[in-house]
Amino acid sequence: MRNLQARYTRDRLILIVVIAGTILAALPLTLVLGYALVNGFSSLNWDFFTKGPKPPGELGGGMAPAIVGTLIITGVGLLMATPFGIAAGILLAEYPDNKLNPTLRLLSDTLNGMPAILKGLLAYVLVVKVQGSFSGFSGSLAMAFIMIPIIAKTTESVLKLVPWNIREAGLALGLPRWRVILSLVLPAARAGVVTGLLLATARAAGEAAPLIFTAFGNSLLTYNLSQPMDALPLRLYAYAISPYEDWHRQAWAAAVVLLGLVVLTSLLARWVTRGR
Amino acid sequence: MSEFRPMASPETGHTEIMTLDPSLKTRIETRHVTVMYGQKAGVKDVDMPIYANKVTALIGPSGCGKTTFLRALNRMHDLTPSARVTGEVLLDGINVYAAGVDPVEVRRKIGMVFQKPNPFPTLSIYGNVVAGLRLVGIRKKSLLDDAVERALSQAVLWNEVKDRLNAPSMSLSGGQQQRLCIARALAVEPEVLLMDEPTSALDPISTQSIEDLLTELKNHVTITIVTHNMQQAGRVSDFTGYFLNGDMVEFGPTNLLFTTPKDKRTEAYITGRFG
Repeated sequence: MRNLQARYTRDRLILIVVIAGTILAALPLTLVLGYALVNGFSSLNWDFFTKGPKPPGELGGGMAPAIVGTLIITGVGLLMATPFGIAAGILLAEYPDNKLNPTLRLLSDTLNGMPAILKGLLAYVLVVKVQGSFSGFSGSLAMAFIMIPIIAKTTESVLKLVPWNIREAGLALGLPRWRVILSLVLPAARAGVVTGLLLATARAAGEAAPLIFTAFGNSLLTYNLSQPMDALPLRLYAYAISPYEDWHRQAWAAAVVLLGLVVLTSLLARWVTRGR
Repeated sequence: MSEFRPMASPETGHTEIMTLDPSLKTRIETRHVTVMYGQKAGVKDVDMPIYANKVTALIGPSGCGKTTFLRALNRMHDLTPSARVTGEVLLDGINVYAAGVDPVEVRRKIGMVFQKPNPFPTLSIYGNVVAGLRLVGIRKKSLLDDAVERALSQAVLWNEVKDRLNAPSMSLSGGQQQRLCIARALAVEPEVLLMDEPTSALDPISTQSIEDLLTELKNHVTITIVTHNMQQAGRVSDFTGYFLNGDMVEFGPTNLLFTTPKDKRTEAYITGRFG
């Protein structure tokens, strides 16, 4: 059984290589996470969540406007992106012979690969230039541009995973095709579609670049989408490049809160799709 | 059965079609039905009657075109871009492929049960049965409740599931799932039910319960069943069509086709010399 022994050894060896590779890939990520958590948690306090920023040089203050702003901007962005993203995903997956599809796929891939700052520029041209002022809404639009191709792509791929026989069963009952897609195929892919939505949200919520010339930032708390609005990544960036020690501390805290939001989003995804 | 005696069908001129029973009514009549997959013919020039309230079996070896032919009857090939159907399928005299005929309407009248049980996984037992009704706008609870009890009873599943109608459809056994699919197809009250090897994925006991069901069901609907199990065709069907390489070689009353086949190829198949 010399051969068998050699196979065991080879199996062992490959397992070790795979594990080593995984650790190597995960190590930097863990270090960054750990560093952010250690630095950020020590700076988190009640003021951080309830107060606005203090003028430069003054100690204390918090990021309430940025936290609220991020929630509103990404939330509204998600509302705008969802119908278009899902519709595009349905078109790509369920109507493969559609004449529009090659164009749509090219557009979706291009939009997906386009740097986020260019999407901010697009929103700037479409909204800020037209209205003549920075606004939370233009930020939401930039976020929607980020989310749409992600939602379209995930929706397309999870719809393609739904067994073909569900569609046949529906059609054989004398249901029109759109009915079969909306009432039978889409619900069967629900978990995947929702995961895609949350993935897109998490991805967009961390972007600072597209908000620079759209939402712009605001040290005052506002719920008004037509006003400039603060966002966590914007504030994080501004504080991180500042010369003030106290602002650096708060930037770490912002990083932890952003991380927390992402974790919360994926927990939400699991809860929504539980038991499936 | 003495009710059958050789007689040419006036509609098709097929001398092998014999009938005596004057109550026999044609529900579907196919004329020169050909199904092409690209350049390859799946089914060639099939003329065949399907009689009302009878069970018609389509038999033949794998790949002979029987399923392809079955799917041509309710326009299921519309979804396959490479497939093209020519010829006529007359349902009560109206060609289902005629311009202006809505395939959705056709499938409403000609239901289908598939080889593998395919209940909608996201819906309950109840939800599956009423899917066809609910999705076309029937909302009234009493109507739906009646339809569920009627369809499940016809499919001989009612007694097993009446206390757990809201359980997930996937919690049923394979045989129950297939009977649920039959109930789902019956709930929209089709005129014809097409069954594509409905028992091939099932154990002998489930198979028997579905075969028993067919005899009961033909009082309500016209049934066409594809099977490559000849014994099954013999047990359940009144008429049989034998397919080979895309051609319908022979069609006739099941008892005659099985005892005195006219074509050598049919004889070879039913006597087990190949297939």
